[in-house]
Amino acid sequence: MAEPIVRYKDVHKSFGDVQVLKGIDLDIAPAEKIALIGPSGSGKTTIIRMLMTLEEPTSGVIEVDGRPLWHMEKEGELVPANEKHLREVRGDIGMVFQHFNLFPHMTILDNCMVAPVHVKGESKEEAKQRSIEMLEKVGLGDKLDNYPSQLSGGQKQRVAMARALVMRPKVMLFDEVTSALDPELVGEVLEVIRDIAQEGEMAMILVTHEMEFARDIADRVLFLDEGTIAEQGSPEEVLENSKSERLQSFLSRFRSSSPS
Amino acid sequence: MTWSWNYVWDSFPLIFEGMWITLGLTIGCFAFAMAFGFVWTFLRRIPWKPVQKVVGFVLEFIRSTPPLVQLFFLFYAWPMVPYVGVTLDPITCAVLGLGGHFSTYISEIYRSGIESVDKGQWEASTALNLSTRKKWTKIILPQAIPPTIPMLGNYLIIMFKEVPLTATIGVTGMLHAAETFGSQTFAYVEPLTLVAVFFLAMSYPSAVLIRKLEAKYNRRFDKKNPTGTNKMDKGVALNG
Repeated sequence: MAEPIVRYKDVHKSFGDVQVLKGIDLDIAPAEKIALIGPSGSGKTTIIRMLMTLEEPTSGVIEVDGRPLWHMEKEGELVPANEKHLREVRGDIGMVFQHFNLFPHMTILDNCMVAPVHVKGESKEEAKQRSIEMLEKVGLGDKLDNYPSQLSGGQKQRVAMARALVMRPKVMLFDEVTSALDPELVGEVLEVIRDIAQEGEMAMILVTHEMEFARDIADRVLFLDEGTIAEQGSPEEVLENSKSERLQSFLSRFRSSSPS
Repeated sequence: MTWSWNYVWDSFPLIFEGMWITLGLTIGCFAFAMAFGFVWTFLRRIPWKPVQKVVGFVLEFIRSTPPLVQLFFLFYAWPMVPYVGVTLDPITCAVLGLGGHFSTYISEIYRSGIESVDKGQWEASTALNLSTRKKWTKIILPQAIPPTIPMLGNYLIIMFKEVPLTATIGVTGMLHAAETFGSQTFAYVEPLTLVAVFFLAMSYPSAVLIRKLEAKYNRRFDKKNPTGTNKMDKGVALNG
């Protein structure tokens, strides 16, 4: 396996007295597509939120492209990272949220342009051109001057993806991106994710409840249970020939709750 | 007594002159309150418990004491305080006293504005790697400020009506002018009525203006539902 783009080394996370993650070890290869499944409260979302620097690990080290994310080296020792270091390393990561989190005071074009201009220092023309291309790619080339409140949930989520993609991350995180959508709008969003996945270059981590979808696009499926990676492997191994009873009961509960 | 229009005409220039002082003082006090309110808001955001406790106590103290007491203290008692005490002229005293008093309320408005911005907005800004400065200037403040404008406007009007308190320490605003006129002519009804009319003439249009502003900012984008999660129906209708 090539040098991993992301590496978790014995990562723990507690919120107060509640231990959410109890030692995560995980290597993610460049361009690898990973689906994180598991019951709610199992810590799936926390795993990716730590990678996006939205939650700080309680202990352990996360590396992005060989650099520690939450730590920096000082005289041979790892010390907690400052904001400058976080900004340097975080630039490789992009994220799409369950509730879109578009900026409501900006048009969707400005939503996409704000980071290229103010983070990467691109010229307005360049950022605009790239944003338009990206919005066309997600099928919203005709909505450039609309505000988020004028879009449907599926459209909002596609804008959110364009906004993240325009920053050219090496790793994209998807946090239950279809959970807040009306059922009939889920398809259009999954379609875009599928397109992105097929282009290949980016590593992707999807926290999802869409088992069919996970099977289609993931190289590896991870089953998280009570703060540990309980089972992992190819989609066939995990979703069809699951070893543990916990996973089998999780999957069966799932099938019964969403008949297809 | 009988109403005398002569007294109205006679006191008019005096009160009109006083009006400029009242207006100017309102603006001065409010500018001070807005600037100092920002300082309070900033201090309260320092993530260190002792600072938050002390600042919280000071704010509570200022808010729970009547502005008139504060004005009297600053004007009469402060000069007698050893080492730090200085004599303040009435205008400075008014700005510090009333401005300081209102700064505590205004800090609360700023805070509510900042807190009205959805947590997801901070997270999205972090995910896009915006610097702390750009987060504030491009994402948070543009959403936090508009809803505070009508509230600030309301406090401006309230403060305008509190400014006559400063007559007690000798600021020669409208009320003081009316009082002076009365003490010379024994006619109080006409000048004081005139003062009331002046206040009404300025407060009422301001209130209407603020209501208009409020409506305008609420229209601009959907405040209660910043990410618009529940607005899908409307969105579909617009696209269809």
